[in-house]
Amino acid sequence: MAPGATMQPSANPPKPPVEPPNIIQKTFRAEALARLQRGVAADCGFVERLVVFWSNHFCISANKGALARMWAGSFEREAIRPHVLGRFADMLKAVEQHPAMLFFLDNQQSLGPDSRAGLNRKRGLNENLAREIMELHTLGVGGGYTQDDVTSFARVITGWTFAGRNGQLGAPGSFVFNANAHQPGPQQVLGKTYAQDGIAQGEAVLADIARHPSTAKFIAAKFARHFVADDPPPALVAKLQDVFSKTDGNLRALATALVESNEAWQAPLTKMRSPYEFLIASGRLLARNPEDPGRYLGGLNLLGQPLWSPAGPNGFPDTSAAWAAPEGMKLRLDISAQLASQIGDRLDPRDLLELVAADAASPETRRTIERAESRQQALALLLMAPEFQRR
Amino acid sequence: MACCESVMMQATSRRALLLGGASFAAWAYLPKFARAADGRDPRFVVIILRGALDGLATVAPVGDPDYAGLHGAIALRPDGPNAAVMLDPFFGLHPAMPEFARMYRAKQAAVVHAVATSYRERSHFDGQDVLESGFPGPGRVQSGWLNRALEALPKGERVVSALAVGPTAPLVLRGAAPTVGWAPTALPQAGDDTAMRLFELYQHRDPALASALTQGLQLEKQARGEDMKPKPGAGGAAAMRLVARGAAKLMAADDGPRIGALAFDGWDTHANEGGPVGRLAQLLGGLDGALADFESGLGARWRDTVIVVATEFGRTARINGTEGTDHGTGTIALLAGGAVRGGRMITDWPGLKPANLYQARDLAPTTDLRAVIKGVLHDQFGLGERVLADAVFPDSAPVKPMKGLVT
Repeated sequence: MAPGATMQPSANPPKPPVEPPNIIQKTFRAEALARLQRGVAADCGFVERLVVFWSNHFCISANKGALARMWAGSFEREAIRPHVLGRFADMLKAVEQHPAMLFFLDNQQSLGPDSRAGLNRKRGLNENLAREIMELHTLGVGGGYTQDDVTSFARVITGWTFAGRNGQLGAPGSFVFNANAHQPGPQQVLGKTYAQDGIAQGEAVLADIARHPSTAKFIAAKFARHFVADDPPPALVAKLQDVFSKTDGNLRALATALVESNEAWQAPLTKMRSPYEFLIASGRLLARNPEDPGRYLGGLNLLGQPLWSPAGPNGFPDTSAAWAAPEGMKLRLDISAQLASQIGDRLDPRDLLELVAADAASPETRRTIERAESRQQALALLLMAPEFQRR
Repeated sequence: MACCESVMMQATSRRALLLGGASFAAWAYLPKFARAADGRDPRFVVIILRGALDGLATVAPVGDPDYAGLHGAIALRPDGPNAAVMLDPFFGLHPAMPEFARMYRAKQAAVVHAVATSYRERSHFDGQDVLESGFPGPGRVQSGWLNRALEALPKGERVVSALAVGPTAPLVLRGAAPTVGWAPTALPQAGDDTAMRLFELYQHRDPALASALTQGLQLEKQARGEDMKPKPGAGGAAAMRLVARGAAKLMAADDGPRIGALAFDGWDTHANEGGPVGRLAQLLGGLDGALADFESGLGARWRDTVIVVATEFGRTARINGTEGTDHGTGTIALLAGGAVRGGRMITDWPGLKPANLYQARDLAPTTDLRAVIKGVLHDQFGLGERVLADAVFPDSAPVKPMKGLVT
């Protein structure tokens, strides 16, 4: 309440009690802090890298609205994290049935035109989620689906929604299947007829899409592009696609195949670290586990990768060109200099270089760091060195 | 950090203190000085110049017949435009330091030349370790000599409550004795020198990043309304003065810290060092202004103040192929303050003949910097020779405190 409010004579009826401090922002920051602390402190950073990859693959945006901001962290915790070493089909189902995704891609508004709700309200389909599942989550553009497939699939998943705050359909905020909104009858998707009733129809389509060859190809290429190179070696993509198909989308097998491939190790350091990767890697190198997410969130905003808030459902870009931008590089330098000034001269950048690159450090980088005029400057330069900026 | 602001922090401009590549830290207690009986309330400030100051360019031995040849295009001249300010018939002060020249004439400033720590290699980090830790060799970074000197003082009441969450105190003031200070909280600009070094690395190793970084820096300059010409040091000079001003204000207060340490970055002038004008001149102008700011800010306390300016080592006597100087050995230390017995060049000049140079390249050190500091600590705070040789500067018994530095 504004300070002046209490000074008003009580001519107006008393107002309802003041709402507690913004629970949405508090929740978002608590979730963000947990994610950042895991990123900085994880013994095995690779699994956290997998979380970040899949979370960006199946992204939502916290900027969609209050609910999305509230759920951004729980979405990742509940739908992504449990499955990064599990089955792709399980992750896919968990994602598409999560309230955050249903809200982000508007499926709670989509009504079967012939459903009871659709007939009553004279409203109908919203294809948004169905299209993005096919285009962005599974088959990929050119993955063999048509507009008819999108429309049919949209009909299939009508009724996939979440319970509102009055709790009519279930516990507020939980995933529910609303039979009243579901388009009745069989649907044909990708040449196959699905005659199931209710939620089983959509789950059957998702299960089939998850093991579609186009999905294996799309995921394999995206996975290799993220971890190895903007233009990954075709042999590696083929190998990953094969593993994905043969293991029925076993993501542990996929990750293992990547780590065991020669291509992943032989590839030069060409990938630019994303802002998130850069800040987390800095935190890991300097053992700066955050107690407050503010500094990291501010850095991510500044560098153009606000946490859980990409501009569109295609997520943050995953190519070097997107992140090696002039303004971004200047800002990274400022951030590095600031970090270094906070660390001071307590750490020897020469030791840190051994941690970062060891024998892989170029003579030029080694020289630049050794010749820096202070430990602070050397640390800033180390954080900005190609060996640290690229991976 | 805003939660920890004290009344004192509000008295000076907090924002002004939080800028730039310069830092200030201070002791939080009022020492029960041995000399309190005579009514003096001494102040002591240590200014560390990180990056290795070119002593031959700052206080130039223009009377040495070999100087002009060695320092070449950047050598100072005793006459003509931008002439050095002659401190005596032999040594000329850089023209960017008129305030120090004035203090020198007023006998409140002195120069120690051909000075060095005990460190004889050429790594900045190790050299700064030795300079600030006070140990004979590198690698001892747990505590600094100034902090151990504080421990040796009889500790009085605490005069400075937590000003702010401490920054990284310079090593010289780090240790068991509690200190306070400030850290930048806003996002400061990375220094031009850091950007140039990074740009060179990228040019060799990563052309794509080199191009992105250049564009980014240019965009930024345009946004600030500056021309494209790099102005190395300009930002640093302003930051030096701001920090000095704030530190002086704090230390002038009756309940302010008596002992403080500052570190200024940016002295590693490998290329385009400049002569009477240029990069080093800008930095020296900043340092000169900082000294003047201490003088005016400390007010009546200036009378009891000693400021020591020191750097980790010197630079090559002969300029290199890029009109700069590389890492060397002997350099200068500056003393300033109303308590300094000034107006003197303190040196056992080794000469610049090839045979006289250290390893045929550097000004040979003839004075141990520890002797200078020991002398100040002895005169200013009454610290005994034993504690100076054992605790403050371990294993330094042969290095006797220099006498008569303080009035």
